[in-house]
Amino acid sequence: MSSWAAFLLQRRPLLWRVSAAPIILLSLSNCSGGVLDPQGPIGAANAKILLNALGIMLVIVVPTIIAILIFAWWFRASNTRARYRPDFVYSGGIETVVWGIPILVILFLGGVIWIGSHDLDPFKPIASPAKPVEVQVVSLDWKWLFIYPEQGVASVNELVVPAGVPVHFSLTSASVMNMFFVPQLGTMIATMNGMVTQLHLAADKPGEFYGQSAQYSGGGFSDMNFTVRAVPQDAFAQWVATARQSRSALDRSSYLALCQQSSNVRPFTYREVDAGLFNAVASQQLPPCPGPNIERAGATVRPPPER
Amino acid sequence: MFGKLTWDAIPWNQPIPLVAGAVVVLAVFAVVIWVVLKGYLPYLWREWITSVDHKRIGVMYTLLGVIMLLRGFIDAIMMRSQQAIAFRAAGYLPPEHYDQIFSAHGTIMIFFAAMPIVIGLMNFVVPLQLGVRDVAFPTLNSTSFWLTATGALLVNLSLVIGEFARTGWLVYPPLSELPYSPGVGVDYYLWALLISGVGTLMTGINFVTTILKIRAPGMSYLRMTIFCWTALAANLLIVAAFPILTATLGMLALDRYLGFHFFTNDAGGNMMMFINLIWAWGHPEVYILVLPAFGIFSEVISTFSGKPLFNYRSMVAATMFICLVSYMVWLHHFFTMGAGADVNAFFGISTSIIAVGTGVKVYNWLFTMYGGRIRFTTPMLWSLGFLVTFTIGGMTGVLLAVPPADFLLHNSLFLVAHFHNVIIAGVVFAAFAGITYWFPKAFGFKLDEGWGKAAFWLSLLGFYVVFMPLYVAGLLGMTRRLQHYDVAAWRPWVLVAGIGIVIMMAAAACQVIQFVVSVRRRNELRDATGDPWDGRSLEWATTSPPPPFNFAVLPNVQGAEPYWGIKQRAIETQQLSPEPKYEPIEMPRNSPTGFITAFFCTMTGFALIWHIWWMVALGLLAAYAVFVWFAWRDAVEYSIPAEEVARYDRERRRAREQWLAQHGGQPA
Repeated sequence: MSSWAAFLLQRRPLLWRVSAAPIILLSLSNCSGGVLDPQGPIGAANAKILLNALGIMLVIVVPTIIAILIFAWWFRASNTRARYRPDFVYSGGIETVVWGIPILVILFLGGVIWIGSHDLDPFKPIASPAKPVEVQVVSLDWKWLFIYPEQGVASVNELVVPAGVPVHFSLTSASVMNMFFVPQLGTMIATMNGMVTQLHLAADKPGEFYGQSAQYSGGGFSDMNFTVRAVPQDAFAQWVATARQSRSALDRSSYLALCQQSSNVRPFTYREVDAGLFNAVASQQLPPCPGPNIERAGATVRPPPER
Repeated sequence: MFGKLTWDAIPWNQPIPLVAGAVVVLAVFAVVIWVVLKGYLPYLWREWITSVDHKRIGVMYTLLGVIMLLRGFIDAIMMRSQQAIAFRAAGYLPPEHYDQIFSAHGTIMIFFAAMPIVIGLMNFVVPLQLGVRDVAFPTLNSTSFWLTATGALLVNLSLVIGEFARTGWLVYPPLSELPYSPGVGVDYYLWALLISGVGTLMTGINFVTTILKIRAPGMSYLRMTIFCWTALAANLLIVAAFPILTATLGMLALDRYLGFHFFTNDAGGNMMMFINLIWAWGHPEVYILVLPAFGIFSEVISTFSGKPLFNYRSMVAATMFICLVSYMVWLHHFFTMGAGADVNAFFGISTSIIAVGTGVKVYNWLFTMYGGRIRFTTPMLWSLGFLVTFTIGGMTGVLLAVPPADFLLHNSLFLVAHFHNVIIAGVVFAAFAGITYWFPKAFGFKLDEGWGKAAFWLSLLGFYVVFMPLYVAGLLGMTRRLQHYDVAAWRPWVLVAGIGIVIMMAAAACQVIQFVVSVRRRNELRDATGDPWDGRSLEWATTSPPPPFNFAVLPNVQGAEPYWGIKQRAIETQQLSPEPKYEPIEMPRNSPTGFITAFFCTMTGFALIWHIWWMVALGLLAAYAVFVWFAWRDAVEYSIPAEEVARYDRERRRAREQWLAQHGGQPA
C-alpha cells in the first residue's frame, strides 16, 4: 500500500494528490478490524454505500477545494497579471451552475439514501437458505447478556454465533440506553428499556470480532465491550453443549443479582434460561435495574476497582 | 437550612478539581481585589456592568465566550491526554471525573463559548450595520447577557461545589433521571441552561425585532449586509427553538424534582420523546451558531477581496433556505434508534438537502474572490482556512446523513471529528475572524497581524493533526466518550491526536500573546479613520470606537454597501457630503436591572440545585421585585445636546478629510 500511496503523492498533479489523501486514510484503516474491514454481508453493504457516497461527493469537493486555493492565490493583491473585476458580482450562468450542481448531486445521493435505507433496514431479515439463529440481547449496567432462546442457554459479555448463518437479534435494555455494535459485522442499534429493537447480522467466516456499546451509559461504560466469536456449525453446537454444563441457571432471582451495577465482568455462561425472561424484561414485568446505591451530596459513584 | 449542601460537597479527596477550583477562585479574588484597590469599581459599574449600550454588551458577551472557550479547551486537553495514556491502563482521570469533563466540555463550548461569542458579535455589529443607535430593547439586552453569565457561573461553580453532570452534554434520560444520576450534576446542568436559555430567548426576540423594525432610513431588506441577514435567520431560529429546549429541560426537571414521569423508564415515561425534543432544538442550534459565522465570512471575504459579495440575492435565499430546512432534519441524530426505513430515508434526504444551501454559499464566496484583489490579512486567512476545512466537514456530514453509513459511524470518533470539523472551522474560525475584523472598531486599534497569523497557522495545523486521526479512529470502530480502551489499532491515532492538541495549545498561546502585544503597541496600531480595512458597510462610517449614539446623524442609505457608496462619491467629488444639521440625541439610560436580576437568578438556581427552598423563594421574589421596580422607573432616556454631537462629528469629518486628501484623484 505504502508504495502505491507514495506514487500517488509524488507523481501526479495536485488534483490527484488531494483526492489521494482520503483514499490513503481509508486504506490505512482498511487493514485492521474497523468498519472498512467488514466480515459479513451487512457490514460489507454498509461499507460499500459509505465509500460510494464518499466517491460521489469527492467528485465535486476536490475540484471545489482546488478552486478555492487557486482563486485565492491567483487573485492576490500583489499579482499584477490578475485582472481586477470589482463589477463581477452577478452571473446568471454561474448562479444556475452553483444551484444546479449541488441539487443534482443531492438528487443522486438521495436515491442512494432511499434505496440504502430500505435495503439495509436493521429490521429486515437477511436473505439466506439457512434458518437464522435467534439471540436476545439485554444491555445491563455495564455488561451484555446474550440469551439463546432456542438453545436455552445464555452468556454474558461473549457472543458465540455460527459462521455463515444469519443471526436475528432482539434487543432491549435493563436500565439506561446502550447501543449494540460489532464494527466488523455492520449496523449498530440502540437498546432501550421497555422497548425491543431488532437487528439482522451475519459473519461470513469463523473469527473473533470486537463488540462494544456505542452509547455512553455511565461510569462503567468503557468496559462495556464483548467478544463475538463466529465459529463453524459443529463448534457452535459444542459450545452450546458446554454451556449447558455451566454452574448457574438464569432465572428471575439470578437476573436480579446480575442486574446490579458492575463492570469489567469476565465472560461466563448460564446452563438454563427462564423462557419468559427476555419478554419480562422488555415488558417491564421485571422492573428496570437500579442505578448506583449511594446517595449523598455530590455523590461520586465508581465502578468497582477491578482493573 | 442548607438542603443537600454540606462540606462533603467540596471534592476534598480529588486533587485535580480541588486545585483547579482553588486556582480559579484565587484568580477571581485577585482580580476583584485589584479592581477595588485601583478604584476601578465605580467605573466598571457605571460604564460596563449597568451599561445597556449594545457595543459594551457585545464586548462583554465576547469576553465571556473567549474565557469559557479557554475553560472548555482545558477540558479538551484533559480528555485528549487521558485517552493518550489510557490504553490498557486507567489513566489519570477516573471515570466519575472524566465523564464530568466531556459533559462539561460540550455544554460549555456550545452554550457558554460559541453562543456568547456569536451573540456578542451580533450585538456589537448588527445595530452599526443597520445604521441605528441601539437594539430594540436595550435593558432586556443587558438582562440577557447577565442571565447567560449566570448560567456560565453555575456551570463553573460545579467544579468546586458538588459535581457536574456525568451524562454527556445533552443529558439523555434515563441516565439523567434520578435513579441513575442521583447527584447534583444534572441539576447544575438543568438550571444553568434553563436560566441562560431565558436570556438567549430574549436575545432572539430583541434581535428579530431590531432587524425587522429598526433600520436606518433607506435600509430596505435587500440592502442589509449578509451578516444582518444571517443574524435575522439565527434569531428566528432562536425564537422558535429555544422554547423547545426550555420545555424539554423543564420536563426533565419535573421528573427529577417532583416525581413526574415524562422520560423515566417506569410509569409510562418515554426517553425517545426527550431525544426527539432535544434534537428538535439541537439541530437548529447548529445553524444558530453557523449562520452568523457564514455572515462573518461573507463580510470578511467581500472586504478583503475588494468586491461586493457575489450573487447577494442567492446568498440571502440560501440563508433563509437553511433556516427553514434546519427544522426538518433532527432525526438524523438517532438513525440507530430503530425508526423504520421510510423515516430514516426521509431525514437522510432532508439532511443532505441542507448541503445544497451550504454548497451555494461556498461557490458564492469562491466567485467573490474571483476577479478580486485579495489582501491576506488575519481575518481573510481564517476565512480561507474555513472554506477549505468546512468543505471537508460538510462532506463528512453528508456522509453521516446516509443512514446505512451512519449505522457504522454513529457515536464514533468519526462523528466527533465531523462535528468538530464544522464547528471549529465554521464557528471558531469565524469567531477569530470576526474578533480580529471588528476589534479595531470596538477598541480603536488593530490586533497585531504577526501573532494573529501565527495563531491561525498553528490552529489550522493543530486542527488537522487532532481531528484527521480521529476520523480514522472512528473508521476503526472507536466509539466516543471512552475513559480507557484496549484495542491496539486505535492507539496510534489517539496518540497523534494528542500531539495535535499540543499544537492547539501553542495556537492558544499565540492568541493570548497577540492580545497582550497589541495592547502594548496600541499607539502604533491606532485606527484614526474608523475604516481600517477599507470596509463597505455602515459600521466603518463611524469612528473607532463609535460614540454611544453610533452615528451623529442616521445615515441615509442609497444602495447596498452604503459606506462604499459614500466613499466613492467622496472620491469622485473630492469632498465629503455637506455638514448635516445636528440635533440632540435621546439615548437609553443605563440600568442595573439586568445585573441585579441575574444575581437573584443565580441565587435561585443555586438554591434549586441544593434544595434550599427558602432561598429559592427569596431569590424568585427578589428577581421579580427588581422587575417591578424597573417597570416603575421615571426616567427612561437621557439627552445628548446637539453641540456635543456636532463637536464629535466635526472631529470625525476632519479625520475623513485627511483620508480624502490622501486618496485624491484615484479611485479607492
